[in-house]
Amino acid sequence: MQVTVNGKTLDLDVEPDMPLLWALRDVAGIRGPKFGCGIGACGACTVILDGAPVRSCSISVGDVAGEVTTIEGVASDGGLHPVQQAWLDEQVAQCGYCQAGQIMSAIALLNDIPDPSDEDIDNAMSGNLCRCGTYPRIRAAIHRAARMQAGA
Amino acid sequence: MGRAATITRRALLVGAAAVAGGVAFGYYAYRKPVANPLEDELAEGEATFNPYVKIGRDGAVTIVAPRAEMGQGVETTLAALVAEELDLRLDQVTVEHGPASAAYGNIAALADGLPFAQFDDSALAEAARAGAGVAGKLLGLQITGGSSSIIDAFDKMRAAGASARETLKLAAARRWGVAAADLATADGAVSHAASGRTATYGELAAEAAALEPARDVALRPREAWKLLGKPQQRTDMRAKVTGAPIFGIDVSLPDMVYATVRMNPHLGRPMRSMKADAALAMPGVLKVVPIATHVGNGFAVVARTTWHALRAADAVEAEWETGSGPADDAALWALFEQAAGSAGSAMRNDGDVEVAFADAPQESLLEAEYRVPWLAHACMEPMNATAWLRDGMLDVWAPNQAPTMVRDTCAAAAGIDAASCTVHTTHLGGGFGRRAEIDCALYATLVAMQTDGRPVKVTWSREEDIGHDMYRPAALARVRARVGEDGMPVAVDLKVATPSIMASLLPRFYPRLAAIGPDKMMLDGAFNQPYAVPDYRVAAVKVQTPVPVGIWRSVGNSVNGFFHECLMDEIAHLGGLDPVEMRLKLMADWPVAAGVVRKAAEMAGWGMPAPEGHARGFAFTASFGSWVAEVVEISQAPEGIRLEKVSIAADVGIALDPRIIEAQLFSGAIFGLSAAMGQQINFADGKVVQSNFDDFDAMRMPQCPRFEVAVLENAPKMGGVGEIGTPPAAPALANAVFALTGRRVRRLPLSEEVAFA
Repeated sequence: MQVTVNGKTLDLDVEPDMPLLWALRDVAGIRGPKFGCGIGACGACTVILDGAPVRSCSISVGDVAGEVTTIEGVASDGGLHPVQQAWLDEQVAQCGYCQAGQIMSAIALLNDIPDPSDEDIDNAMSGNLCRCGTYPRIRAAIHRAARMQAGA
Repeated sequence: MGRAATITRRALLVGAAAVAGGVAFGYYAYRKPVANPLEDELAEGEATFNPYVKIGRDGAVTIVAPRAEMGQGVETTLAALVAEELDLRLDQVTVEHGPASAAYGNIAALADGLPFAQFDDSALAEAARAGAGVAGKLLGLQITGGSSSIIDAFDKMRAAGASARETLKLAAARRWGVAAADLATADGAVSHAASGRTATYGELAAEAAALEPARDVALRPREAWKLLGKPQQRTDMRAKVTGAPIFGIDVSLPDMVYATVRMNPHLGRPMRSMKADAALAMPGVLKVVPIATHVGNGFAVVARTTWHALRAADAVEAEWETGSGPADDAALWALFEQAAGSAGSAMRNDGDVEVAFADAPQESLLEAEYRVPWLAHACMEPMNATAWLRDGMLDVWAPNQAPTMVRDTCAAAAGIDAASCTVHTTHLGGGFGRRAEIDCALYATLVAMQTDGRPVKVTWSREEDIGHDMYRPAALARVRARVGEDGMPVAVDLKVATPSIMASLLPRFYPRLAAIGPDKMMLDGAFNQPYAVPDYRVAAVKVQTPVPVGIWRSVGNSVNGFFHECLMDEIAHLGGLDPVEMRLKLMADWPVAAGVVRKAAEMAGWGMPAPEGHARGFAFTASFGSWVAEVVEISQAPEGIRLEKVSIAADVGIALDPRIIEAQLFSGAIFGLSAAMGQQINFADGKVVQSNFDDFDAMRMPQCPRFEVAVLENAPKMGGVGEIGTPPAAPALANAVFALTGRRVRRLPLSEEVAFA
């Protein structure tokens, strides 16, 4: 199977019905997307597929036609994406397990709506569960990232 | 014993120096003969000063923070304790969890397990706390739990940093022929102002480590702190925003195979038989292995990837032994009802409640029954562990809260010495007490015994995780109160029927040990609260059920905080008093408690009318040595009740990192609110009903209220942080629901009786 991840075309020795999540994690060694539920209910495995946030546990690798971006591919030159920087500035993460998925959803939101309202954030982020309860700082970080990107 | 051990140790130290090219010693040696575990793992040119500090020839400083980082920020603050005394910034050090070792035993966790209130300074309580310290040293239990990590480390890790610093100065003083007192440390170097000489820690490390360590060094006074008491950038934050593979589930080893387990859903019961032919015929499947242990029985599928294993596990036909005990909610609750009929044993018994109730006029009385359900932990990172057994050596990578326990359990299962088992504690994708258990690591070890020397990563499905937890126990409370002419309570009687966590947990850790002593966890959050009521009894009755129960964030406080604080609200209502004013009167002897009550009330605008359609609820719980008051404000929206704002005031005595503490407070509250709003574990046909986040969900972004948090420092002792936000959250919400709707909901989750938006 061929799949393009973070700008590179990977040739993966997998069956087409393997979920993208497991092809990334266990075959390609790309472990930013996390396994949380396997049914698309928690968002820990979120990647961006052609600009849209997608739960990689719930799409077969054979159905992926387009460019996949994972947390590993959002920044260049070892730097941080503005959303990652905002996360750092707001000291968002606690256990950190859901955060890659949260950040991918936030990046997709900001690409869509550069200056989201609280309601926009609620709508875009409701599929991403966090058991540590980092939501107040996620909200603050998304607003901060919006300001950073507007100023840039 | 001390002397002999010291001499033996010195002989060992020379060996360590010869092998690793560094020299090691421990400031603990003179008073605590536990070997420094870092001596065994020094890199070339590296020296260790004590179990917490390693310094390389190149000046690289590594601080060991031997507690599980599961989100609470413990790694950052533990490292800051050492860095403060070493005059380093956190960005100048590397932080590691370090090995499993008795050197990292948690004494504070044991002290908090004693049956005394945190404000009990009696000679008996203090003597028992000192005794717990001795027991802690003997047991050497390296546990992250009980909100005890920082309390336990506050002196010893600062002392470790201070001893290393002064010893580095001694080495420089010798080298330069000057007095150590004339030397200063900054930025990883020792300097002599008069001569202008400087030497880096790295240049001095080997020489310093060969010296007798500096002892009894005075710790820096608070006024001199540069890191502590101020918000630090978390040392784990960059890894977490870049998606770095730091969790147990991310472990990757050469030639590794992948596995998953399916255990008997009738918890703890055996597997009768299995048919694995179909699974073995599936692509990518390598092996199906039966697993039989004292904590669970079933099988593992070993495969090329986790997905191949998960898919094939569905194809294995297992015949499960069922239990003979109660198999559903109704049968289980019948046990609680029956237990609640007996007297129980009181852990608080002031005055004589029976007399107080005997002649009480009906209108002065209230009597009610409360219930809370079983709960799963549902950590975001599903249960997992990786094991590698080859040449009689076992390595276990586990996101765990009890590495010495994991080591001993896995070594015994593999039939090797504990010394031949190395535990690598990864970051934890949530813990909440679930990862104090040994089941995942044990199963992985048993699988690794059948993978021909290849490492195996065992990942559970979410369904397996929800269905095979060690659950927060359900509980039933019968409460009674009598109010006086002035509306104030004169008698309070609270009886809790609940399973004993210790009785369930100890045999999992020590299969041959019977649980001993009073189980304070059953009444934590109710028997030890700072309220003065003339006749005041808090008693527990143990309920025996087949459900394995365990530590769940804030443990008994999560149960009893709800019972106690809803009861207080009911009393205030019956007495026609404001719930905050009433509490302040009852807390007159405890100014620290009254301080957080006033602060939270002030932040929430308590006493001022809530906006139209809004209402507020109040609760307070003292737990883990800290004091916490919360106000929850809610409103009625067309689609249900909406959480608007939560105000939290917490007194933790000494706040070492205010921003991390703030995060822990709203985190703990959200954890409690999630459970209170909608979580429950039910049983049917002897199995857990719920299976994934679709039927065991938690608060989501749109439901999250605004938070205002105040961290106070008036308490005379340092308290814990990681769990204290949880206990008052559920009762504050339930009390708000009463204020908004007039409905007194006496069972959780509240969603059984009211709808949330």
